[in-house]
Amino acid sequence: MSVLHSIRFTLNGKPVRASVPVHLSAIDMLRDVLHLTGTKLGCGEGECGACTVIVDGVSVNSCLMFAVDCDGREVITIEGLRTDEGLNPLQKAFVQQGAVQCGFCTPGMIMQGTALLNRRSGMTVEEIRRGIEGNLCRCTGYRKIVDTIASALHETSSEEIS
Amino acid sequence: MTVIAKETLIGKRVPKLDAPPKVSGEARYLQDIELPGMLFGKILRTDRVHARILNIDVSAAKALPGVHAVITAADTPNVPLGIGRDNPPLKGDKVRCIRDEIAAVAAETEEIAEEALRLIKIEYEDLPAVFDPAESLKEGAPVIHDKHPDNIPFTFEYSHGDISEGEKESDVILEEKVKLHYVTHCCMGVSGIIANFDSEGNLVVYSQTQIPFMYKKDISPVIGVPPEKIHVIQPVIGGAFGSKLDIYPFEPICIFLARVSRRPVKMVFTREEELVASPTRQPVELTIRGGAKKDGTLTFREVHTVHDNGGYTSWGATTPFVIMQTVSSLYRVPHCLYKTTVVYTNNPYSGSFRGYGNLQATYAVETHMDKLAEALGIDPLEFRLRNAQEEGETTPQGMRFHTCGFRDCLTTAAEKSGFREKHPAYKSGQEGPVKRGVGIASLLHVGGGAKIYRTDGCGTMLKVDDFGKVTVMTGSTDIGQGSETVIAQFVAEELGLPIGSISVINNDSEITPWDVGVHASRTTFIAGKSAQLAARKARMKLLKVASEKFDLAPGQLDLRGGQVVRAEDGEALMDLGKLIRSLHFSTKNDIVMTSEYYEPPSMMQDKEFKGDVSATYAFGTQVVELEVDTETGVVRILRVTAAHDVGRVINQMGIEGQVEGGIVMGIGYATTENLVVENGKVMNPSFRDYKLITAPEVPEIDMTFIETMDKEGPAGAKGIGEAPAICISAAIANALYNATGVRFYELPLTPEKVLRRLREAGGNGA
Repeated sequence: MSVLHSIRFTLNGKPVRASVPVHLSAIDMLRDVLHLTGTKLGCGEGECGACTVIVDGVSVNSCLMFAVDCDGREVITIEGLRTDEGLNPLQKAFVQQGAVQCGFCTPGMIMQGTALLNRRSGMTVEEIRRGIEGNLCRCTGYRKIVDTIASALHETSSEEIS
Repeated sequence: MTVIAKETLIGKRVPKLDAPPKVSGEARYLQDIELPGMLFGKILRTDRVHARILNIDVSAAKALPGVHAVITAADTPNVPLGIGRDNPPLKGDKVRCIRDEIAAVAAETEEIAEEALRLIKIEYEDLPAVFDPAESLKEGAPVIHDKHPDNIPFTFEYSHGDISEGEKESDVILEEKVKLHYVTHCCMGVSGIIANFDSEGNLVVYSQTQIPFMYKKDISPVIGVPPEKIHVIQPVIGGAFGSKLDIYPFEPICIFLARVSRRPVKMVFTREEELVASPTRQPVELTIRGGAKKDGTLTFREVHTVHDNGGYTSWGATTPFVIMQTVSSLYRVPHCLYKTTVVYTNNPYSGSFRGYGNLQATYAVETHMDKLAEALGIDPLEFRLRNAQEEGETTPQGMRFHTCGFRDCLTTAAEKSGFREKHPAYKSGQEGPVKRGVGIASLLHVGGGAKIYRTDGCGTMLKVDDFGKVTVMTGSTDIGQGSETVIAQFVAEELGLPIGSISVINNDSEITPWDVGVHASRTTFIAGKSAQLAARKARMKLLKVASEKFDLAPGQLDLRGGQVVRAEDGEALMDLGKLIRSLHFSTKNDIVMTSEYYEPPSMMQDKEFKGDVSATYAFGTQVVELEVDTETGVVRILRVTAAHDVGRVINQMGIEGQVEGGIVMGIGYATTENLVVENGKVMNPSFRDYKLITAPEVPEIDMTFIETMDKEGPAGAKGIGEAPAICISAAIANALYNATGVRFYELPLTPEKVLRRLREAGGNGA
């Protein structure tokens, strides 16, 4: 058995502690050790983006990150977006605008969308398309996903202005 | 007085019922399910393409701590599965293609299972292999299955009219050969299964199957468990597109592991395994020959195809059923002959995949139509209009077009894309290396199910509870396409309820009534109609109860907004829940629960493949405008203008999603996707090397829905699931011709292939 490392980090706003083997990926820790199954494994090679989470404000493929590298950092998963009122505005927009079909890429898309929205306002549609280039979707043809993120960006920007 | 106006959800933008749990991360896919005591299963697959198995030594694997079961063919009944019943789950005597399963392990962790697989030793004697179907047909070719010494498991032949007559009538005859490649489904959620036996021998299978009821019957003899002891639960499915229409070896293998280990066993593919060992779209080599008169009337069409069946038979072998429909009936063809030979090789094998042979057929037919138009000097749109099917026709193959929006599709797509002006303008020659082109192509597909079994029906049970909430239990399966929501819309419409009052149960074979399965774009039409009729029965019953209560005829009452209302002025009379409670708490002692089995008025084809196989048919036209850089071969698709005969739009947002997703999947087939198989081996089993379309490559899509209001379809609807993916590749190839004057006979149109072909053709065409 490999040696376990004790790590502490912030997960969805709450402090957590975990003992993880050095070779364990962040996604396996999230899903198998911490039982947060909202983050999806699509390829395990950083090619599909289904496992996207936000670490210290930056979107990462959690399949390419070691669990031990979460130590001391702030990790947000799809489960962390839920508000006291339920779904957050971007999640609601994905529902209302039909950006979901089978839904397997959806948590990763929403996390990537969140990272894009956090990064800056005033992004063009072309920049949004490029921003989700690393997230594969086989069902929707991406159009409703791009439009949804664009509309959410527009809402965020208008709020900032007002 | 409270007045409630009549409202409808039909045609509205209704958000999917299953979307909230999918965006929150709560939706539980197979991958997310963990049962107490669960083990992990892994399969050892062969690295040979054709070899006799001399010995399998599993002793070291069995001795590994944490391993609970190791099985080989010797531990199983070894009954073959698949629609050709030629595929034993575990191979004991020989392997026939790269994905072949030899042994399997159940262990406490995936890592232990993988380690155990590495400890299994196999001795082989390699056999001569064959990878080209033409070689496979030759005398003395290696025999793949002893049962078929000629390597031909199936042939198909369809004809009407007399080809020689057609030839005589022709002013132009053209022949070409197209070669279409392997692509694969790439569901974002990979394949998997969980199997568990209780101590009474009852089996629970957590499955992603598209056919939960036939699954029980089909897998029963393979695993030796009677169907009545099999309970199929379908967790949320991460994409299917046809890939889960057959049963594949991993499923019985996992069930065997559960039986031997007496534990729940979960098996989930890796992405590499998914690309190597799940079904592909059927590769086809297709020769098309056909003619027309000077006035633009088609005279005959002859199509010969060879299907590389790979090592075993799955649904890919039966795609001729669909191919011949497009060949015989998309346009009026007076004389027609279609022949297919399905040939075993040592390549991977194919399953069903959205469009089911129709992408291949339509590529050939619609590029050939373009070529004929050119040869006749007729505008490609006019040529198509001249030969397009119309409402009221019965095709020589027996398909009856009660409604047909084909001409509207052609003219709408042409007008909205500016095809009439752009096509001659681009053709007249363009300066510079980057050239523009427009191309047009159309499609015919089943739109009201497909009666390939004696029934094409779907069952519904519907319960209205004491608070006016409705539970719809449907046999149909939702694979993400949104059938659950459409079904709820039909029920909401009948019962005058908001969509939030309806929940749909569609994933448990112990609860839901029988259905054929999710395929052939049939679910909105068949399951939707079944739900609509079940709801109508509930409506009748509720109105009858209310009529006694309010002393009004049922026809004078209506259901709106969760209330019984007076029809003429909409005055609310009673809450629906209260009405039902009055049934429970009275001498009536009754409940409101209805059922329906809807069987569409279609027929099975006869032995000559003739018959009206679907209750209705879908048509569509897509125009592609693109740019091609003739120095690099890079094709950039700028705009797709689509017009589809959908009968009637039920969920505007859902149907847009189907069309957008289908078009992008079709663009992938045409331009980027290619499962490279060399000497039987899959050379690119990763998303790095298997290139799916990504967001920046998606063109503008303009779509129009032609509403022909099908008389049989629920609220006038036709099926749409497969149609949008079917004709785009032909439209792209036709647009490339318009831009460059060069025809393309092979897909995918990658920069490398485009450039090679442009150089080879030297710019002077076909």
